[in-house]
Amino acid sequence: MKTRFAIVIGASSGIGRELVRQLASEGTKVAAVARRTELLDALKVENPDRILTYSHDVTDFESAEKLFMQMTHDLGGLDLFIYNSGIMPVVEPNEYSFEKDQATVDVNVTGAVRWCNLAAERFLNTKSGTIIGLGSVAGDRGRSGSPVYNSSKAFLHTYMEALRNRLATSGVNVVTIKPGPVDTEMTQHLSMSKMSATKAAEIILSKRGKNGEFYLSPLHRAIFYVIKRVPSPIFRKLKI
Amino acid sequence: MRLAQEMVKEVKLGVDRLEPVDGFGQSNRTAGFVFRPTCVQEIRDIFALAQEEGRAVTLRGAGRSYGDANTGAEAIVIDIQRMNRILSWDCESGVIDCEAGVTIEDLWRYCLEDGYWPPVVTGTMYPTLGGALGVNVHGKNNYCKGTLGEHVLEMDVLFADGTLTTVGPGDELFYQVISTAGQLGVIVRVKLQMHHVHSGNLSVYAESARSWNEQIALFERFEHDADYMVSWVDCFGRGVESGRGLFHAAWYLERDDHQSLIASNQDLPSLILGFFPKSLVWKVLKLFCHRVGMRLINWAKYRSGCLLGNRKHHVQSLVAFSFLLDYVPDWRKAYAPGGFIQYQSFVPKEHAAQVFDAQVRLQQEYGLESYLGVLKRHRPDKFLFSHAVDGYSLALDFKVTEKNRDKLWEMAHRMNDLVLGAGGKFYFAKDSTLRPEDAEKYLGESLSTFRLLKQKYDPDGLLSSDLAKRLKLHR
Ligand SMILES: Cc1cc2nc3c(=O)[nH]c(=O)nc-3n(C[C@H](O)[C@H](O)[C@H](O)COP(=O)(O)OP(=O)(O)OC[C@H]3O[C@@H](n4cnc5c(N)ncnc54)[C@H](O)[C@@H]3O)c2cc1C
Ligand SMILES: NC(=O)c1ccc[n+]([C@@H]2O[C@H](COP(=O)([O-])OP(=O)(O)OC[C@H]3O[C@@H](n4cnc5c(N)ncnc54)[C@H](OP(=O)(O)O)[C@@H]3O)[C@@H](O)[C@H]2O)c1
Repeated sequence: MKTRFAIVIGASSGIGRELVRQLASEGTKVAAVARRTELLDALKVENPDRILTYSHDVTDFESAEKLFMQMTHDLGGLDLFIYNSGIMPVVEPNEYSFEKDQATVDVNVTGAVRWCNLAAERFLNTKSGTIIGLGSVAGDRGRSGSPVYNSSKAFLHTYMEALRNRLATSGVNVVTIKPGPVDTEMTQHLSMSKMSATKAAEIILSKRGKNGEFYLSPLHRAIFYVIKRVPSPIFRKLKI
Repeated sequence: MRLAQEMVKEVKLGVDRLEPVDGFGQSNRTAGFVFRPTCVQEIRDIFALAQEEGRAVTLRGAGRSYGDANTGAEAIVIDIQRMNRILSWDCESGVIDCEAGVTIEDLWRYCLEDGYWPPVVTGTMYPTLGGALGVNVHGKNNYCKGTLGEHVLEMDVLFADGTLTTVGPGDELFYQVISTAGQLGVIVRVKLQMHHVHSGNLSVYAESARSWNEQIALFERFEHDADYMVSWVDCFGRGVESGRGLFHAAWYLERDDHQSLIASNQDLPSLILGFFPKSLVWKVLKLFCHRVGMRLINWAKYRSGCLLGNRKHHVQSLVAFSFLLDYVPDWRKAYAPGGFIQYQSFVPKEHAAQVFDAQVRLQQEYGLESYLGVLKRHRPDKFLFSHAVDGYSLALDFKVTEKNRDKLWEMAHRMNDLVLGAGGKFYFAKDSTLRPEDAEKYLGESLSTFRLLKQKYDPDGLLSSDLAKRLKLHR
């Protein structure tokens, strides 16, 4: 079914911004949420009739419910909810910064639960809708590089799977996306081959009617099929 | 025992109140915060909550309007179906007093054994009185008995500010609240004059019609005499066969027949042809729910009408004749997942054949023929948003899919232009495609009057609906 109304949390840059652009251009009325208002304002100008913007910090857990009610009212309904907010602070090999780790958990985990719970409860009652969560290939293994980012995404995968299982009989789709490297602010410091955010958003939106976990390419799926099965003692020695 | 009035609960707005709220055609799916009050005070509290939360209120009966007259996306939806008590019944005079959530089915089940039948019934028995008066429904006897509103003796209306007023046919407000689709006030109690019958059966005459001209000629032949008239139209009929179909006229039987007045004897059998469970019929219908299948079904129905029972009388129960569509439970599921829209236009008699012929041609040109066509005869009435004219209406069912939607709406707009050009009208209960300018045009002065009344009785615009928004009725 056509997506008439959508919410994208984490919409000011990267993949989220592209999701908003593409949804709006296919005729969806979309609520774009993030902290950086100037970026949201610039996005709104691109399609003022279809894009509504809301400035919000996902770590402000208290105000989420009211904002959710406000947005669904302003939109006139909700068919698609995307939780895309995420941070990946740069963590040095021997760094154990609680501040960075806590911030990561607040945005990637607690914020996701706060918002997806709201969407799940609504869709359970309205008996339709799709929830998309942005996980990561990083969540498939506990790599030494950024322990908490990895585990925050692993949490998200399991949490989304549980939501999917809870809502399976209610006509609600829950989609987990596990992107590999995508060219955005988050990965600016990494030199590797990256998919464009435009392409990533296209693929993500093509999974709307489905229910399950998706990589952004068959190659990623194949690689991570293997990586997930590499025994720990060997994995430890690999520089991935 | 405590009265319902005393047991008012605290009303709150939360996600737990959200429910899917669709029109009967299920082509516009929305969600609303649904409340099902049991008394007037509870409705007052819901209005106060809506005021506080800055949300609109949409009134809803049994949800049998096909389009968006009974939906309010993200609004507070007051569903009156639990206000369903019959308050008094006088079996001598046939006057019944009830809460507005009482349905047409409740009425006939309750009164038939005393020899009374609702004066006006719709093609389905499930509408509530509140919802039916909201749009002022008509039946297959509209040309002789008028609309349901013409049989109401008195009713109580609750306005958004909490005032409860009793109005009757002597008051102008009576003709304004009825027909304006729940935009002025909530009808909470209705006193209705039922129609006296001797038998629960009708004598029904069938005759097939080969064209629009034959259809109209049949209606003209029987309109001074028959108690009901309706005709089915095969929208796949082309050229000289455009308008072909099957006409029915029916008469009440004068002979006393107590057995036929027993409600359970009116019940439709659960098996079709004695062996096929009717609960499964929609699944079979779904197999045919496309252009080719429906062309075949319409053709078969037309041909069998020409061969079997043509120009003959037969006896049929009131329920079977009146509520044929209820015979197939869940039939609308055949149109899933996109649902369907009903399109009914009302055209003055001089232009009816020509306008309906042009509508059917347009459908064939677009390849979007209606799967069902129903022709009825009407007479004008003095309700504010009256849909009736001295003429005919053609009701059409169009399947909606993601792919055909834009084309379908474009075609409907062209059909609207034909109707407006002939001085015709539309009906909110069946509408999904009108544009604000169409409504302005056919409602004319009535719309200006309505807007003044809205200022007076609901200045904050609390009562609304998706239809009211689509047609910009309030401005
Ligand atoms: C199979 C089928 C056959 C039908 N045949 C006919 C027919 O032959 N003739 C005909 O005229 N119609 C026909 N209809 C349409 C139907 O009768 C109307 O849509 C009627 O309004 C349905 O009543 P409801 O209780 O479902 O009201 P809803 O559809 O729920 O509401 C109808 C309107 O009334 C308003 N409303 C609801 N309650 C109140 C209230 N208490 N006070 C004020 N306003 C209120 C609503 O806001 C809405 O605008 C048919 C519908 C179906 C599905
Ligand atoms: N890029 C990749 O290679 C890659 C790979 C796998 C997974 N992902 C995941 O994809 C998602 C999108 O990432 P991206 O690459 O597009 O990164 P990005 O450009 O940095 O975008 C992140 C978005 O999250 C928002 N956000 C961050 N903190 C927030 C907070 N406290 N409150 C509200 N919003 C907040 C940001 O908005 P504000 O800063 O304006 O608030 C921004 O809109 C993330 O979940 C990320 O983990 C990315």
